[in-house]
Amino acid sequence: MTLIKQLKLSAAVLALTATTAAAADVEVLHWWTSGGEAAALNVLKGDLESQNIGWMDMPVAGGGGEAAMTVLRARVTSGNAPTAVQMLGFDIQDWAKEGALANLNDVASEGGWDAVVPAALQRFSKYEDQWVAAPVNVHSVNWVWANKKLFDDNNISVPTTWEEFEAAMQTLQDAGVTPIAQGGQPWQEATLFDSVVMATGGPEFYQKALIDLDPEALGSDTMKQAFDRLGVIRENVDDNFSGRDWNLATAMVINGEAGMQIMGDWAKGEFVAAGQVPDEDFLCFRFPGTQDQVMFNADQFAMFDQGGTVSEEQAALASAIMSPSFQAAFNVVKGSVPARTDVPDTDFDACGKKGMADLAQAAEADMLFGSLAQGHGAPASIKNAYYDVVTAFFNGSFDSETATEELVTAIEIAQ
Amino acid sequence: MASAPAQADLRTRLQNFIPKLVLAPSVAVIFLFVYGFIIFTLYLSFTDSRILPSYNLVGFENYSKLFRLSHWTTSITNLAIFASLYIGISTLIGLALATFLDQKIRGEGLLRPIYLYPMALSFIVTGTAWKWLLDPGIGLEHTMHLWGWESFQFGWIKNSDYAIYTVVLAAVWQSSGFVMAMFLAGLRGIDNEILKAAQMDGASNFQMYRRIILPQLRPAFLSAFVILSHLAVKSYDLVIALTGGGPGRATELPATFMYSYTFTRNQMGIGASSAVIMLMTIAAIMVPYLYAELREKK
Amino acid sequence: MSVATQDTALRTGRVSRAFIYLFLLLMALFYLLPFGIMVINSLKPLSEITGGNMMSLPQVWTLDAWRSTWSTAQIGVEPTGMRPYFWNSIKMVVPAVAISTVLGALNGYVLTKWRFRGDTILFGLMLFSCFIPFQIVLIPMARVLGLTGLAGSTTGLILVHVVYGIGFSTLYFRNYYAVFPTELVRAAMMDGAGFFRIFWRILMPSSGPITVVCIIWQFTNIWNDFLFGASFADFDSQPITVALNNLVNSSTGVKEYNVHFAGAIYAALPTLLVYIVAGRYFVRGLMSGSVKG
Repeated sequence: MTLIKQLKLSAAVLALTATTAAAADVEVLHWWTSGGEAAALNVLKGDLESQNIGWMDMPVAGGGGEAAMTVLRARVTSGNAPTAVQMLGFDIQDWAKEGALANLNDVASEGGWDAVVPAALQRFSKYEDQWVAAPVNVHSVNWVWANKKLFDDNNISVPTTWEEFEAAMQTLQDAGVTPIAQGGQPWQEATLFDSVVMATGGPEFYQKALIDLDPEALGSDTMKQAFDRLGVIRENVDDNFSGRDWNLATAMVINGEAGMQIMGDWAKGEFVAAGQVPDEDFLCFRFPGTQDQVMFNADQFAMFDQGGTVSEEQAALASAIMSPSFQAAFNVVKGSVPARTDVPDTDFDACGKKGMADLAQAAEADMLFGSLAQGHGAPASIKNAYYDVVTAFFNGSFDSETATEELVTAIEIAQ
Repeated sequence: MASAPAQADLRTRLQNFIPKLVLAPSVAVIFLFVYGFIIFTLYLSFTDSRILPSYNLVGFENYSKLFRLSHWTTSITNLAIFASLYIGISTLIGLALATFLDQKIRGEGLLRPIYLYPMALSFIVTGTAWKWLLDPGIGLEHTMHLWGWESFQFGWIKNSDYAIYTVVLAAVWQSSGFVMAMFLAGLRGIDNEILKAAQMDGASNFQMYRRIILPQLRPAFLSAFVILSHLAVKSYDLVIALTGGGPGRATELPATFMYSYTFTRNQMGIGASSAVIMLMTIAAIMVPYLYAELREKK
Repeated sequence: MSVATQDTALRTGRVSRAFIYLFLLLMALFYLLPFGIMVINSLKPLSEITGGNMMSLPQVWTLDAWRSTWSTAQIGVEPTGMRPYFWNSIKMVVPAVAISTVLGALNGYVLTKWRFRGDTILFGLMLFSCFIPFQIVLIPMARVLGLTGLAGSTTGLILVHVVYGIGFSTLYFRNYYAVFPTELVRAAMMDGAGFFRIFWRILMPSSGPITVVCIIWQFTNIWNDFLFGASFADFDSQPITVALNNLVNSSTGVKEYNVHFAGAIYAALPTLLVYIVAGRYFVRGLMSGSVKG
């Protein structure tokens, strides 16, 4: 009896100390553990420390945040949620639906977030008209990274249509180079397919099929055509792709073993790390047929409700994240572009500048679309069902007809 | 030491009570943390839980969805292939290594840790080493070509039909040494006098193995079987690191399936129903085996 | 069996001995190959790995990766290397292994030498508990840890590992004690020795080999666990596997394979050490603790 009492008491004391400790510090769960990313986060940490707020670091890398999300669930269930958590797209919405996130409206109106964050992004940062997350960056996935020397040697100019792209692949093939360097993991194949669907069906089709999940669009001939085109790209990938990490595929482009890679803007970091310069050693251009669109995913920080209102240090963290100086400093190293469109591009390299210009333009023209493969088109269950079908097709288990049918069924089950 | 009879009586009663008292905490935690959680999971499998547990009952919906998913069937088939090959080969290799090492081998002290060490490594990174080794472009095949053996081919890991066997290969690499250690412990416990007597009676080596040694190793076989089948069922890191479930979804196993539905796909209900099916399958295989093994001990 | 006749009664011819040695050596090669690749690549500069053959020897030998992994590699926001996480793991592993081994030994002892009605069923239930998939444990366990106030603490982690380690440690000791002559225990009981005295004086001295096997198993499993460590630890108690994971799995950063391999070897050092040290006692225990007297 006394033992149980004692246990209860110590639990209560523990809970109490936990909340008091949180009053002065922020515990941040994130998955940015590579050198550049962490260096950038350090800027944030320094900023908070100058306001006497301690930073308790809780990094869990893996699977593009999947491991961190698992940990988050255990932490929330045990009543020990971290103060702030790095999150992507629909996860933010899911947690907001559970009522777990703090309302950041005051900080947002103070910082004028509504005016500077593109609407397509706000769709994820806000839940029922409340700001629940502060966006850090915008990654874009419809990029092609190419070896400039191979392009010059074979007289290839930057392709702007599917036909030119096909011709470019053929030229590279004839020159004895692998035209496309592709990594073989479901998310990489699906990321590539995002761009192919956009280029094949156009923005309206993309919206209808991969964001609104209209069964008719998913099962349409346009979708079949997109799979056919993916099949063409598959033929231009070497047979050794399966299981390959994305960065090894990038290395193939860097070494001149392969001509191009279709990958998100984080690939730039590999080129830069290898001492290459944009426009001199490598080229960055939009996937042919998607020049006007930006297909994005964005990292955001959501604040966990610590009892009703947003705490002082959470507010401080949120406004530090949204400060233009941090957004610039962080995104220069990350390869992505700032989530606010009013940050000067002076510190960015050629690809970064282009990315920022594209983003501003796309935001203006309403041409900003969430990438389904990166969790910004539909919730996780659908995203993974999409992976299942695309990867099965890419690895030769389905033909384009079956793949189209399977896509309709898989997405229906996942809903 | 005992003095008065009354005291002795109390002592015996206490003696009879102590063993149960000692066992009680273990039994209690296992009932709560294993069987309690299994019942909880069973309950979840009938709910519409997605990101966090929910208590909304939806009947058998999760189960019917589960069996419509083609890669659930794939993962069950894969487990059958993987588990039988892995358990069989590891036991064979473990037994062979133990038997041979027991022949007064020079350098046994050096060989034993070499066989055993893979168990010490976590697959988070070892998987990368294996992935490279098995990759035809950079690994074994490439090196053999460089050494002049042009026709050498080993591209299983890139082939949807064969990739599961590379998972078997790496898994056997990791745990067969441990099986060896268990058998070695068993072999060294066998009374040599019996063997010598049998030899006097003219028994051949083969007969001695069949009649004397193998039957004496039964407890070791039980341990090995339980350990290997548990590793087979739980193989997660290995698959993730080696193939990531690919090519496509060709090497998906129930453990990876369960994890992805419960945690990355936010479909906890389906994840729970797959766990229930898994546990039922294990029970269907393990219970008769354990029953047969344990009953004879009486 | 006596120590002098340790050698086996089986006779083997010269040809079969040659075959045995060949087999053993080939297997040794098979076991060493992946680790060899890890060691070789951890000693290369990164450019040589991504640009060249992963199986070839380094052209430039360097210890940079090893140095940076230990003290300056990026694990979280601070470039701390793996050093601090090492200690977190030790604090968790040592008590968890000790407790689960002791419990396993006692359970095995009760289940074989103090049998009672239904003991076999209990043992069967304990055995079956080994098969519970950890994925389904995570959420309810988090709830329990939260309710008991153990969430995010090393104590909580120790509890979890002990709970899921008991099944195996009981299995090991039960199977080992099952062949231990019960007559010895009976005789001791006649002499008036109590429950713990018999355990301590009679079973313990000959439990060397199985204790070693059990410790190896528990140590390896607990040390290498990632899921529980990541989910139930706080920012200040994360074990080394989480650090290794953070080092290796940063999704969009540059992958430094040489650092990854060095990290993996660091993370495996304590387990390797246990194998080598324990491996010796393994044999010594077998030779000294003659079960059959």
